[in-house]
Amino acid sequence: MAAASDLEALRRELVPAAGPATLSHGSFVFVLAPRELVPTVRRLRDEFGFDLLLDVTAVDWPGAVLRFEVVHHLYSTAHKVRVRLKTRVAADDPTVDSLGALYGSAAFMERECHDMYGIGFRGNFDLRPILLYEGFVGHPLRKDYPKQREQPLVPYRD
Amino acid sequence: MDARTIPIAPLLPAAVATSPRVKDAAFEYLTTRKDELIGWARKFSLFPYPFVTACCAMEFMAVSASPYDTDRFGAALPRFSPRQADLLMVVGTVTHKQAPVLLKVWEQMCEPKWVMAFGVCASSGGFYQNYAALQGIDKIIPVDVYVPGCPPRPEMVIDGIMQLQDKIAHSRHPVITDTF
Repeated sequence: MAAASDLEALRRELVPAAGPATLSHGSFVFVLAPRELVPTVRRLRDEFGFDLLLDVTAVDWPGAVLRFEVVHHLYSTAHKVRVRLKTRVAADDPTVDSLGALYGSAAFMERECHDMYGIGFRGNFDLRPILLYEGFVGHPLRKDYPKQREQPLVPYRD
Repeated sequence: MDARTIPIAPLLPAAVATSPRVKDAAFEYLTTRKDELIGWARKFSLFPYPFVTACCAMEFMAVSASPYDTDRFGAALPRFSPRQADLLMVVGTVTHKQAPVLLKVWEQMCEPKWVMAFGVCASSGGFYQNYAALQGIDKIIPVDVYVPGCPPRPEMVIDGIMQLQDKIAHSRHPVITDTF
């Protein structure tokens, strides 16, 4: 758990650049525009010591103007602080910039996010299925994917 | 300690023993049905292939280890090549991505072969009903015995093995089949 002064410094430094920030369950939450994502993450890594990319995932808000919310989690092993970055993108072009140049581990996590939500990552050129299989149609964690739709690879017995 | 020695052949007078036509009376002939004999042999020599995919593996280890000990039923020694196994134990959830692997393992096993669905996921998909989970392995391969439970108790697995043994003992065992 971070000391309150650490969090206060982080808020003071980053809020002007990254917009409103909130504190949720001991983790900073920033809501970013897509073009701010890579510069913010670079600052977090280089200036604030967030050296570990924990997860890349997304949230589907059906009916919203900006339907998908891409969520990145970062962690600072020195300060023991977590940061969550939320970026909203529209359904017709759900694409954000890849963090592969900043964190090598981003490549696999972005592949998973692409599998499950169909989010594109500009700069990640290897978005082959990683958990799903070749030939799978659709993105199963989107809210409009039918809950019981199966795509078997082996024909069923009678 | 003086142990009693039991002669295998009765001591006979030398004149009789040298005659080639005389046999001793004990256990020279056995009358049985061919299917019963082969079934009896096969039911006590099950070589399982553990196709272990998920958390039921813990219970598979428990039932294999000494407190429950499937060796008592002749089903102890797991073979990690399907070509040497005759009981396919599917332990855990099978996803659609794994289904071709399971089918290939089953096809590589030699006849005679039996399949046990170990746990409710292998039996019916369990509580998974989504894009990923196969709704029971009997969608793709035939299953002889289902052991539901999440996970099943070792007693249930042993009961399943015994039911499978009953099935083997009471089924036909053709020496020459139509494909051979």
